[in-house]
Amino acid sequence: MDVLVWLIPVSLLLGGVGLLAFLWTVRTNQYDDPEGDSQRILSDEWDDHPKP
Amino acid sequence: MMTADLRAPMSACPACAAMPASEALAQSKAAMKDATISLSLPGIHCAACISGVEGALARVDGVHEARVNLTLKRASVTAAPEVTADDLVAVLTGAGYEAHELDAGTIAATKTDREGRELLMRMAVAGFAMMNVMLLSVSVWSGAEAATRDMFHWISAAITLPAIAFSGQPFFRNAWAALRVGRLNMDVPISLAILLALVTSLWETMLSGEHAYFDAAISLTFFLLAGRYLDHRTRAIARSAAEELTALEVPRAWLVEGTGERQVPVAELAPGMLVRVRPGGRMPVDGEIVEGRSEVDRSLLTGETLPVFAGPGVAVSAGEVNLTGPLVVRATAVGAETSLHRMAELVAVAESGRSNYTSLADKAAKLYAPGVHILAALSFVGWWLWSGDVRVALNIAAAVLIITCPCALGLAVPAVTTAASGRLFRRGMLIKHHTALERLAEVDTVVFDKTGTLTAGAPEVMGLEGHDLRDMEVALALAEGSAHPLSMALAAALRARGVAAAEVAEVAELPGYGTRGLWRGEEVRLGRAAWVGAEAGAETSAFLKVGERRAVAFRFTDSLRAGAEDAVAALLARGVKVVLMSGDTTPAVEALAGRLGIRHWLAEALPGDKAARIEALQAEGAKVLMVGDGLNDTAALSVAHVSISPASALDAARVASDIVLLGGDLSPVPEALDVAGKAVRRIRENFRIATLYNVVAVPLAVAGLATPLIAALAMSLSSVTVSLNALRLR
Repeated sequence: MDVLVWLIPVSLLLGGVGLLAFLWTVRTNQYDDPEGDSQRILSDEWDDHPKP
Repeated sequence: MMTADLRAPMSACPACAAMPASEALAQSKAAMKDATISLSLPGIHCAACISGVEGALARVDGVHEARVNLTLKRASVTAAPEVTADDLVAVLTGAGYEAHELDAGTIAATKTDREGRELLMRMAVAGFAMMNVMLLSVSVWSGAEAATRDMFHWISAAITLPAIAFSGQPFFRNAWAALRVGRLNMDVPISLAILLALVTSLWETMLSGEHAYFDAAISLTFFLLAGRYLDHRTRAIARSAAEELTALEVPRAWLVEGTGERQVPVAELAPGMLVRVRPGGRMPVDGEIVEGRSEVDRSLLTGETLPVFAGPGVAVSAGEVNLTGPLVVRATAVGAETSLHRMAELVAVAESGRSNYTSLADKAAKLYAPGVHILAALSFVGWWLWSGDVRVALNIAAAVLIITCPCALGLAVPAVTTAASGRLFRRGMLIKHHTALERLAEVDTVVFDKTGTLTAGAPEVMGLEGHDLRDMEVALALAEGSAHPLSMALAAALRARGVAAAEVAEVAELPGYGTRGLWRGEEVRLGRAAWVGAEAGAETSAFLKVGERRAVAFRFTDSLRAGAEDAVAALLARGVKVVLMSGDTTPAVEALAGRLGIRHWLAEALPGDKAARIEALQAEGAKVLMVGDGLNDTAALSVAHVSISPASALDAARVASDIVLLGGDLSPVPEALDVAGKAVRRIRENFRIATLYNVVAVPLAVAGLATPLIAALAMSLSSVTVSLNALRLR
């Protein structure tokens, strides 16, 4: 069972990374326009070069 | 705010609709010169619309950044100060997109947005902690022993304690606020259960005991936060839609100065200033007319449909609509001093009556909280006396509190109201108040206002058949020369009958009186009774006088709002008492009541009369739903048990009412009663389901047979059942 000493911190760390990523998306207003974002990805307007 | 300050300048689109971003921009010096303009785009729906609108806006000179938010159907534009919203609206209309200006100050929804974000973050932390603790618990349930079990308990404690310290704050704060004033609410048993579970579990862990309730405590927090978040979102959506309605009315006025005219925000006006009000415009201030002649429409304030003559010296109040000629008004009262605003303040006083309503959740909490506490205390005392062991007794008391914790109750109401509000929102109804649905379900009397609510506020000509063809031809020629609502309705009706306009020369409009011209050498006039020398009747009429002949009257009635007939018929069919109350004249109200089959009506009612009648009805035990739109209805709207106002209503009326009808159609009203009835039935069902789980689980807990596994099962099962039951409403 010694492996638990590694596995538990690792699983917590990975989960924590997911949590931090979610908190980051919330704090940077990424849920303000879910409908628009789902449509924008279909547009090929800025496919060749990024929006200036 | 702090996060926005930090992040907004770095994000790819500083103008991303979010108010925090634009506020941060306004604060930073570099962007000081730029103005942010918000536009409402009701018609956009696809990817092509987004790039179309953004492209069209970007091509305008002076526009730096344009970003469309498809969810809110808004565009936010950063542009040089010389670019006005009107220019942008014209550009978009030219490109084929309907657009309206939004008042940027009104849609500043920063605070509510932050509240939702905070709840979401607490929920995320609780969810993360719950998943990890549950995984550790699975090993404990499946038989981990001795040192392994202790280690798992310690790790669980290390995750749960900080997570609850952060996530549980809303409950602790509410519970403390209630306890401080000596009241009990749903949050008191919740907080107590969470805290007691943590304390006993920690103690058990220290003594390497078998049962720890960390998993139960954290999943309880998570489910309850989910309920809170649903509740918040439902209201946030309604609030933002209501704000958008208000923001569509941009308060601007034309200020007359020595050097000319200038458009200014209404907030900058002061008494004594001269303001020009164009035909079709709404008075921004209380004042006295100094120049110009016109007619004003007071229907939103008094419910009268007859336009009133307005000339120099006549007093006007804010909210009235100028119909025909331009007017210059000297302001006597502005802003908060206007009669419009004072009336709106009366509403705030009347509103205190409504807070007497206790929501179903509060009623349940009142029964539930003391019962749970007594039960837990009794099992603690009983086990202590019987076994003499405080540790066992405390453990059992904690188990009782956790099993009975109103987790399902916390989800029962928000899940149902979210589902019901969503359904009504798709039908064009905005539920603004969180107990509005419950109150709507109790309604047995519906009171309608006439002007602007049952009627569309647009005149319709009656009895054209009785008129001479030649009169009609002359009337059409004269009516075409005016933008007065009566003239426009008359012209449209005559054209629809195939009447051709007679040749009338020198057509000229005399604002406030009517139109006149020359026809076959005779003077012809179409206008007010007094001006053409006729006797004014009780009905709205325009009079035509040809030469020296007797004047002929074209009579008008208000056209019915779409769905009004269906709505009234459906309400009468379901046995609801329907009452019509109006500030309009008796014949007009009687005619409409007869047409719709309404037996109870009240005409020439002053605002106070309406409110008093509704109070009298409610004193007799009736639960009144008031549907109204005008300023004269605001007091009645706030006195009534529950109230609805159409989107076309005055801002003050919309603020006073619980529900706003977004479309022009009244037919969703009976359906709203149905949905509300169903929603309340579901809420009660949910309470029963939650109680049933308790009835099964509590004896186990009191007998000391409850394990953390049983607690977790009971809690998850009841929460899921309650949510699924609520979803049946959609």
